[in-house]
Amino acid sequence: MPKVKIPTPLRQYTGGNAELEVGGQTAGETLGNLAAEYPDLRQHLYTGDGRLRSFVNVYIGDEDIRYLDGPDTEVSGNDELSIIPSIAGGRCR
Amino acid sequence: MQTRQPLVQSSNGAPQLSNEEIARYSRHLIMPEVALDGQKKLKQARVLTIGAGGLGSPLALYLAAAGVGTLGIVDFDVVDESNLQRQIIHGTSDLGRPKMESARDRINDINPNVRVETYEEPLSSENAMEIFKDFDIVVDGTDNFPTRYLVNDACVLSGKPNVYGSIFRFEGQASVFYAEEGPCYRCLYPEPPPPGLVPSCAEGGVLGILPGAIGTIQATETVKLILGIGEPLIGRLLLYDALGMRFREMKLRKDPNCPVCGENPTVTKLIDYQEFCGIPQAKAQAEDEVPEITVKELKEKLENGEGISVLDVREPHEYEVANIGARLIPLGELPERLVELDRDTPLAIHCKTGGRSANAVKLLQDAGFENVFNVKGGITAWSEEIDPSVPKY
Repeated sequence: MPKVKIPTPLRQYTGGNAELEVGGQTAGETLGNLAAEYPDLRQHLYTGDGRLRSFVNVYIGDEDIRYLDGPDTEVSGNDELSIIPSIAGGRCR
Repeated sequence: MQTRQPLVQSSNGAPQLSNEEIARYSRHLIMPEVALDGQKKLKQARVLTIGAGGLGSPLALYLAAAGVGTLGIVDFDVVDESNLQRQIIHGTSDLGRPKMESARDRINDINPNVRVETYEEPLSSENAMEIFKDFDIVVDGTDNFPTRYLVNDACVLSGKPNVYGSIFRFEGQASVFYAEEGPCYRCLYPEPPPPGLVPSCAEGGVLGILPGAIGTIQATETVKLILGIGEPLIGRLLLYDALGMRFREMKLRKDPNCPVCGENPTVTKLIDYQEFCGIPQAKAQAEDEVPEITVKELKEKLENGEGISVLDVREPHEYEVANIGARLIPLGELPERLVELDRDTPLAIHCKTGGRSANAVKLLQDAGFENVFNVKGGITAWSEEIDPSVPKY
């Protein structure tokens, strides 16, 4: 199964896991399965109408899926998906 | 060695180096990649750093030591205890001083040949283009999204490279956004996260050394751009994970539809970045809509035995640092633990500064609680106004 790397800010929604094996044939399906398994994660990855949020980038290996086939990009068991959100600093208000 | 067009041309008018400078820069001068010509380029270079904080500290220190001739710094903050864990340009004796002054003194001590140009004002859409215009390179050491997008757009519009760094807890990102040759920050992230989805206090914080690692990468990229040597991080996003001690690299592409550097840009001048990042509205929503109680009012009620209980919705590790003896239920656990609360007793809820507790008050109101109040300013206000023996963190 493809591995998904979870960035620090989102680990609180995946039970602290930094890397998870998630089933899926495409990038979109894999992320969908991930969000189904960890429902609190959903709103951080998807907009209300189910599109990936524009401040969350998804890479397969070192390629941005936006420049492959987007969510339809096929993934295999050896692939590593990385979720890379924008970060601004560790400030607390 | 790969060479590129250096950003700074050493011309006939290039500054000469004094004997003192030749001795000082000896380890540069004996490397053919820098040598006398490169050191003169450094001396001629004008670099602007945004922020004299976590990233700005190592950046300014190393660029000054390396002999960058003019360092501009934009910062309007004052040195505070909580800065010293990572902002190594400032020291304990600088507490309460403007960061600008403290940074300038430290830079002058490291290398009196550096001219420091200070801008003690917030970077804004009104002043950014004017400040940027006299610099060769802008280095982004900010800690918030509005300024990041402002720095990016102003760099694209003025044709300057933006040496980017960003940090969070144990992770960092670095890149060089230079729209003339590659993608900009908006190609990577067209929009900022809505304020409600930005990591909150509960998961904030940063390892003190992390900005050192990322800031020195930014300083390295800056020097490479000035000298025109090596491969810059243009079109690459470097990711650093301090816990796993791993560096990874992602490919970045220029987005033809980018609103600022794409083929048909829609952003052709600087905009209102607070609004773009949704900041005023969000603050109004969370903190203004719930009933509040000041720390003074709370103290009076507690002393008069008015039957008010206090709930702390921070995390256990924060409670351990400082608490006022209130019952602790972290915000994340609150929905499942409502049964533990008495609906008939008025309840004052606090966190560190009032953001999380405002959400907790809303949550309880939605669950039918009627007498719940947000403690304005949180435990920080309690420490400042009621009991200074409670540590501020």
